[in-house]
Amino acid sequence: MTPDISLSQVPAHARHGSSIGRPLTRREGVLKVTGVARYAADNHPAGMLYAVLAASRIARGRVTCLDVPAAMAHPGVVAVMTPANRPALALDPDAKLHPFMFRLDLLQSDAVRYANQPIAVVIAETLEAATEGAALLAPRYEALPARVGLDAGESFVPPVVGVGHPAEQLVGDVEAGLASAARRVDATYETPAQYHNAMEPHAVVAAWDGDSLSLDMPSQGMAMAQARLAGLLGIAPENIMIRSPFLGGGFGSKGLIAGPQVLGILAARLVGRPVKLVLRREQMYGPVGHRPPTRQRLRIGAGADGTLTALAHHALITTSTFDDFFEPAADASHTLYASPAIATSHTAVRIDTGTPMFMRAPGEATGSIALESAIDEAALACRMDPLAFRLKNYAEVEPISGKPFSSKALRACYAQGADRFGWAGRPLAPRQMRDAAGMLVGWGMGTATFPALMFQAEARAVIRRNGGGVVEIGAHDMGQGAWTALAQIAADAVGLGIEQLEFRSGTSDLPDGGIAGGSAHTATAGMAIHAAGGEAVARLAELAMDDARSPLFGAGNAGVVARDGRLFRRDDESRSESYADILTRAGLAQVEGRGKSGGDPAAQTAYAMHAHGAVFAEVKVDPDLGQLRVTRLVGAFAAGRIINPRMVRSQYYGGMIWGMAFALHEEAVTDRRSGRMLNANLADYHIPVNADVPEMEALLVEEHDPHVNALGIKGVGEIAITGTGGAVANAVWHATGMRARRFPIRIDDLV
Amino acid sequence: MKVFDYVRPASVAEAIAAAAAPGAVYLAGGTNLLDLMKGETLRPDRLVDVTRLPGLDRIEWLGDGGVRIGALVRNAALAHDAAFATAYPAVAEALLSGASAQLRNAATVGGNLLQRTRCAYFHDPASACNKRQPGAGCDARGGENRLHAVLGWSEACIATHPSDFCVPLAALDAVVEIEGPAGRREVALEALHRLPGDTPERGTALAPGELIVALRLPGEAAGFAAHARYLKVRERTSYAFAVVSAAAALRLEGGRIRAARLALGGVAARPWRARAAEESLVGVEAGEAAFRRAAEAALAEARPSGDNAFKIELARRLVRRALALAVAGTPARIPALPASPFPSVAGARHDA
Ligand SMILES: Cc1cc2nc3c(=O)[nH]c(=O)nc-3n(C[C@H](O)[C@H](O)[C@H](O)COP(=O)(O)OP(=O)(O)OC[C@H]3O[C@@H](n4cnc5c(N)ncnc54)[C@H](O)[C@@H]3O)c2cc1C
Ligand code: SF4
Repeated sequence: MTPDISLSQVPAHARHGSSIGRPLTRREGVLKVTGVARYAADNHPAGMLYAVLAASRIARGRVTCLDVPAAMAHPGVVAVMTPANRPALALDPDAKLHPFMFRLDLLQSDAVRYANQPIAVVIAETLEAATEGAALLAPRYEALPARVGLDAGESFVPPVVGVGHPAEQLVGDVEAGLASAARRVDATYETPAQYHNAMEPHAVVAAWDGDSLSLDMPSQGMAMAQARLAGLLGIAPENIMIRSPFLGGGFGSKGLIAGPQVLGILAARLVGRPVKLVLRREQMYGPVGHRPPTRQRLRIGAGADGTLTALAHHALITTSTFDDFFEPAADASHTLYASPAIATSHTAVRIDTGTPMFMRAPGEATGSIALESAIDEAALACRMDPLAFRLKNYAEVEPISGKPFSSKALRACYAQGADRFGWAGRPLAPRQMRDAAGMLVGWGMGTATFPALMFQAEARAVIRRNGGGVVEIGAHDMGQGAWTALAQIAADAVGLGIEQLEFRSGTSDLPDGGIAGGSAHTATAGMAIHAAGGEAVARLAELAMDDARSPLFGAGNAGVVARDGRLFRRDDESRSESYADILTRAGLAQVEGRGKSGGDPAAQTAYAMHAHGAVFAEVKVDPDLGQLRVTRLVGAFAAGRIINPRMVRSQYYGGMIWGMAFALHEEAVTDRRSGRMLNANLADYHIPVNADVPEMEALLVEEHDPHVNALGIKGVGEIAITGTGGAVANAVWHATGMRARRFPIRIDDLV
Repeated sequence: MKVFDYVRPASVAEAIAAAAAPGAVYLAGGTNLLDLMKGETLRPDRLVDVTRLPGLDRIEWLGDGGVRIGALVRNAALAHDAAFATAYPAVAEALLSGASAQLRNAATVGGNLLQRTRCAYFHDPASACNKRQPGAGCDARGGENRLHAVLGWSEACIATHPSDFCVPLAALDAVVEIEGPAGRREVALEALHRLPGDTPERGTALAPGELIVALRLPGEAAGFAAHARYLKVRERTSYAFAVVSAAAALRLEGGRIRAARLALGGVAARPWRARAAEESLVGVEAGEAAFRRAAEAALAEARPSGDNAFKIELARRLVRRALALAVAGTPARIPALPASPFPSVAGARHDA
């Protein structure tokens, strides 16, 4: 029997009053655990064919031969798409019309720029036939020596890093600050390449109907994907329908449409039938982005009392040979610690790799683990407790800009986290604590921070005479809980219980929900919903207040509030009227509101906006064998208003686990000669398993922010990676005396 | 995928006949073979599915107190067999420290013994690998080889055998029963895997078409049950192959070691029985000095094959620890984190 569940099901814990702030469970949870939730690759339109990528096994050079006849001769193979017959594009995939347009490998030539680059697509009646067809292509290459690693070439100063940030920023005189310092730290840290590894591989099911295109495709930014595709394919964006109700994770790798997804669409055009293309796990190590490796040098100066005199953070990063994405790792030093002199700088080297891309806390995570390690070293140099040292250098204004913070409850995070963890009494020196089994025990901490961003979005809200409402927005649920959290905001926005509200999302024909990235989706989409709901309520209020028959007649400036399907006079709640009555009397079936959101430039100019947190870690290390376990993690985070504490905690847990993985597990290993990935699978590319995940706590520290947006929402999706990596590394030092200068920390470092 | 024949024989004789065809391989749980096929490391023409062969999924106790384990007994079933875990606790612990619960449910005894090396260059069809293609060269030399062999390797190949299960089996004198076109024979587990020499492509003593039908552990080996441990150093707490592992089993008499068994995993192309170390332990007082001598003896011939010198010192320390834990006594129940130096988390029955 097919379970009869819809996303509008009544949550078991429905109750009256505000929906915001309630710890609702995921509304689509039952769909997911029963396997009913339909992910992109679960779709099988009639007549569908399977497409499989052939991916390059060299990292640099040229494809000289593909045995297309052999592939075509294989039973079931329908077509082979190569540079020779790939349907024409309206825009060169190597065109870069704006910095946010990234170059794609769409079979535009025989050139190979990285290992696992798509070099052909085989389309067949079955997945097995397409797979074998791809093998039968037996590509031959003219290979050039691969450039691998941070020392592979000449480094240069990138024009910008991240999204338009200057590569070099400076306040004060760092050299003078270092010269005058009583204590100095000069340390270099290396972080490896990491891959997003979303559980759901990139996939597309594409069907053309004339010049209209229908797509099932996981996307963290449907409107941007529409626009990019429209440009490439030469069709109108509104002719492209994207359905992306669920993502099995994205972490930034599904923010922009990936080349292989476009190839699936082109394959469908080539054969004139619907086509499904799903990446294999190893094919996700190349064409869909990654976090680049870094080598970061931190120079810190401090007075004898621990007051910072200088902070210099340089990051050497890699990028591809053909595009510009520059991980803004050193920018992590802009916001946390008050130093009269701060210099951040980046240099980059071009190597034969796929273009790196935004990966959960891009720059923030990478920079944080180095910064938090170096701050720990500086505290030690000053013989201070790491927390006391951080408090000593607490930034009352944003150090790099001098702006006041829109809100900053970091002191409370430190205090609550330290208290919960039991930080007090931690010995300063390493190797001082052992457990009953003789394991070395260490405690470490790190500060977490992530900017509170806002993008642009639109939403539509409808209030109906029958007492129901509809809110529509093309938002994205990557697993983080947007279906639930945004519906909570929507319910409050239209003054209905969540059970009366129909919340529509996850398709591109709805108002543009913006991009689910930068930890800004709840704020961005939420504010558009808030505005749309507000406008619908305002329409209702107008109808009521202008009508002498309404108890709200003449409420005027006192205004009304919307709640539980009624409008109440703000100054006299005994006077109220139901939506149904207002609409019935006005002879209307419904009222509609539209809303937009976007950052407030005035507030953004006036204030520095960030979420903050503090993470405390305990590790145990076997003194002889180097076996290491994180045994406790406590994080305390302040991120403005919490829409759904259950979902937010889950983001923090996930982030903290990721931060632990950054310190201890994740690393993409590339062969230094061939440039091929050696561990492009989840057996060898380690992420933590359950047994690695310790007892965890995430404390939600109260914070009210009147400036970030009207709802007071900051982001929670990425912050917990920052701080945690450093906390774990610092705990390892405290347990063993070994200062990690290369991540992940390995057994070889500990024995 | 490559089109291949799939045959499901009804008897061992039929299986052996079916496997005589060129390009035929046996399919058991498939947890290793199918991955290798998907990655195009192996492209067999015929899979002979042995999982439905009658009679090979039994655990039988023998007259000498030993045990005969059918080749198709699943790894999980064997590890959780109470009588087996009592008689051969280090073997059960090794099994439970391998892979994941799901994989152990699927993986068979025979498949575990014959799983292939994890050397990334063996898996990557575009790399040169003497094991995959004789004479092609060995890209692991001069490549990423932190985890490669430190014992018994050759210029031609520095790969290790990854099985945990095989390590205590080698220590305890397990015997492999084989049937093949030429009839039935037995080999000692220790001799099942070959050191690479000049022919790394021949990883085992099996002739083409030979089928493992059972594994035997002698009753005598159960005499170590009171002091037997398997210890495994790995790069995450669970679900990771061994960087180095050790099986240690002792018979003690009044503080003196009467008999000792020691084998190392993750260090060579075969589970590495450390006989010289065993001999150094016999008749001496159990203690740190003896363990140190044993560790030196066990690794006496070790040399790095690349960036892996750390494994030699790590293996020495692991030997000492494994011996110390064996002396301390086999735990009443397999620890919640099998083969880990970390004590069980309070209350957890099994967290790996
Ligand atoms: C992600 C992952 C992690 C793992 N981690 C570990 C680990 O930590 N420790 C560990 O020890 N192992 C680990 N393994 C390996 C696992 O133990 C093996 O894959 C498994 O034991 C193989 O058994 P199978 O029955 O699935 O064999 P199959 O995959 O079916 O076969 C493996 C090989 O043996 C041959 N074969 C199988 N049965 C017979 C027989 N009776 N006679 C002759 N030939 C036969 C097959 O032809 C094939 O070549 C891991 C595997 C994976 C995928
Ligand atoms: S070590 Fe052995 S398995 Fe690995 S590449 Fe060399 S020959 Fe092949």
